[in-house]
Amino acid sequence: MEIKRLTKNFGNPESWTLAAYEKTGGYQMVKKAFAMDPEAIIELVKQSGLRGRGGAGFPTGMKWGFVPKQSDKPKYLCVNADESEPGTFKDRYLLEHDPHALVEGIIISCWAVGIRYAYIYIRGEFGLPYYRIEAAVKEAYEKGYLGSNLNGKGFDLDVTVHRGAGAYICGEETGLIESLEGKKGQPRLKPPFPAVVGVFGCPTVVNNVETIQSIPWIIEHGAEEYRKAGTEKSPGTKLFSVSGHVKRPGVYEIPLGLPCKTLVHDLCGGIIDGKRQKANIVGGSSVPILTGEEADNVDLDYESLAAAGTMLGSGGMIVMDEDTCMVWALAVLLKFYAHESCGQCTPCREGTGWIRNLVYRLEAGDGKREDLDKLLSITGNMMGTTICVLADAAAMPTESFIKKFRAEFEAHVGAGRCPIRGKSAHFLAHAH
Amino acid sequence: MQPYAKPNLDIAGREACHVESMGHSVAFSDASMERFRHLLTRYPNKQAALLPTLWMAQQEFGWISTEVIEYVSELLELPPSHVYGVVSFYTMYYRKPMGKYHIQLCTNLSCMLMGGSTVLDALQEKLGIGLGETTADGMFSLDEVECLAACEMAPCCQMNDEYHGPLTPESVGRFVDELRARGK
Ligand SMILES: Cc1cc2nc3c(=O)[nH]c(=O)nc-3n(C[C@H](O)[C@H](O)[C@H](O)COP(=O)(O)O)c2cc1C
Ligand code: SF4
Repeated sequence: MEIKRLTKNFGNPESWTLAAYEKTGGYQMVKKAFAMDPEAIIELVKQSGLRGRGGAGFPTGMKWGFVPKQSDKPKYLCVNADESEPGTFKDRYLLEHDPHALVEGIIISCWAVGIRYAYIYIRGEFGLPYYRIEAAVKEAYEKGYLGSNLNGKGFDLDVTVHRGAGAYICGEETGLIESLEGKKGQPRLKPPFPAVVGVFGCPTVVNNVETIQSIPWIIEHGAEEYRKAGTEKSPGTKLFSVSGHVKRPGVYEIPLGLPCKTLVHDLCGGIIDGKRQKANIVGGSSVPILTGEEADNVDLDYESLAAAGTMLGSGGMIVMDEDTCMVWALAVLLKFYAHESCGQCTPCREGTGWIRNLVYRLEAGDGKREDLDKLLSITGNMMGTTICVLADAAAMPTESFIKKFRAEFEAHVGAGRCPIRGKSAHFLAHAH
Repeated sequence: MQPYAKPNLDIAGREACHVESMGHSVAFSDASMERFRHLLTRYPNKQAALLPTLWMAQQEFGWISTEVIEYVSELLELPPSHVYGVVSFYTMYYRKPMGKYHIQLCTNLSCMLMGGSTVLDALQEKLGIGLGETTADGMFSLDEVECLAACEMAPCCQMNDEYHGPLTPESVGRFVDELRARGK
């Protein structure tokens, strides 16, 4: 059920060191890639069908193809290691266990796209993952894998690890770019897209850690082999981070298209205490929620999840058992979005706060029946009206919670307390 | 090769911090100045070095006082208002002195599903402080934090630069006792 491509070195002794990585064939794919024409590498990545693993699922080869071939400005790569989507922790595993695979992926990607400088933007909270990737970059410099004239034909590449300082919005690609430039991480209007005008006004590729880490495998085994896992439109493997009420939470690398049921009930051991799965947020907190029944009948690939009305997102799966109050769960999530809105766009800045407070009030049993329609009216005005999609990321789950669990929301109206948990969390009273 | 070379890198380690900066003019040590100069070589302009410079400043001075903001703005030739705007945008730059051990408990969904609020109650009771507060002896600060990307160890917390979990109301009590003993 699991297929270990990106996680193959996990658990090897000191897997994060250069010595251990080289022992398993590490950095051999750099040599192979240098012998290839950069265009051919982009073509190979296109053929593999690799889609971005940061959340949006954009085809990686196509993204690389948007970067102008000839540019009088240097080109940049930003590796997105901000990993802040609630429920997602797979990039942390990759950075902790196999940081050299990321460095190798960076070298190959930069060679393919003609990139001179790469930054690894890592969230500020990460301690161990930061030390590990920082140490790996240092080792790679010492060994001559990074620096100048790497291929004997004048290819130079410098890699710098850059720490964020606590802001979800810096995971959004243009928020990341602003932050890297030494500013508040407030997203930019697109177009222009980063591929043309990115960091420091230069052409820039932004890719997730897992995306870049897939590249050495594709170079080694080829596109056809890559497609042997996964489905026609969702090829390859994907790392899922599973948390919540499952017996064995953790990171699982599975072929795309695996039934969600297999991941939850077999790999993760099912629900704690043999309870029923009431709900499942399959792709990180920003995607619409599924009921337990829906989750048990969906396959984990981009198309099947879209058909089920949700998204693969970052693969951060949060499983909830039968005792979970859905109004309470939504209140917890909306606390997050209201806190993380960067404040540039009125529908997002005000909207996230309004819907949070309405759901807080409902959770306390003090809500009114009209609040449900008011919520849906606000979310309708938040979507598609802002600079980035954080507003949608708060609005879409809210709509799906109400749609799928409306009776539960209605049962809270005028109840004076949460009828499911018997008590309320009284978020509003504790709001600060 | 040290796989986990902890003390030399610029993480918000409270262990190495000095709080004397309050009310005094501030300046980097020679060693930090050396690192700062190296930092500048990694970016095409000075402004881009702002976040890492603030990290270094926080490590050296403990928190980002108004003096530190002015100092950093001089170093990087930026308006103090820009530096202040950046400091206040991010949650990890501290605008006040913090306890030696900064405990930040995650209150996002995966942690709350696994009993995060009981852990939070236990921590507040054990420390005798609320969220956003520091104990009178300067040993502990307590905050809540959004998802730490460690949901497999829910409920979890960040203590300075380390993650701990899964926590229970009992285990955090013992954890606080251990830290208190370590800090004496
Ligand atoms: C609010 C918000 C937060 C995001 N956070 C992350 C993140 O933490 N990590 C990440 O890789 N992508 C994140 N993304 C997606 C990025 O904008 C971008 O699509 C991605 O890094 C591109 O890389 P990929 O094509 O390899 O997936 C976020 C997007 C939004 C709108
Ligand atoms: S949608 Fe929200 S987070 Fe995104 S740019 Fe606008 S205010 Fe900022």
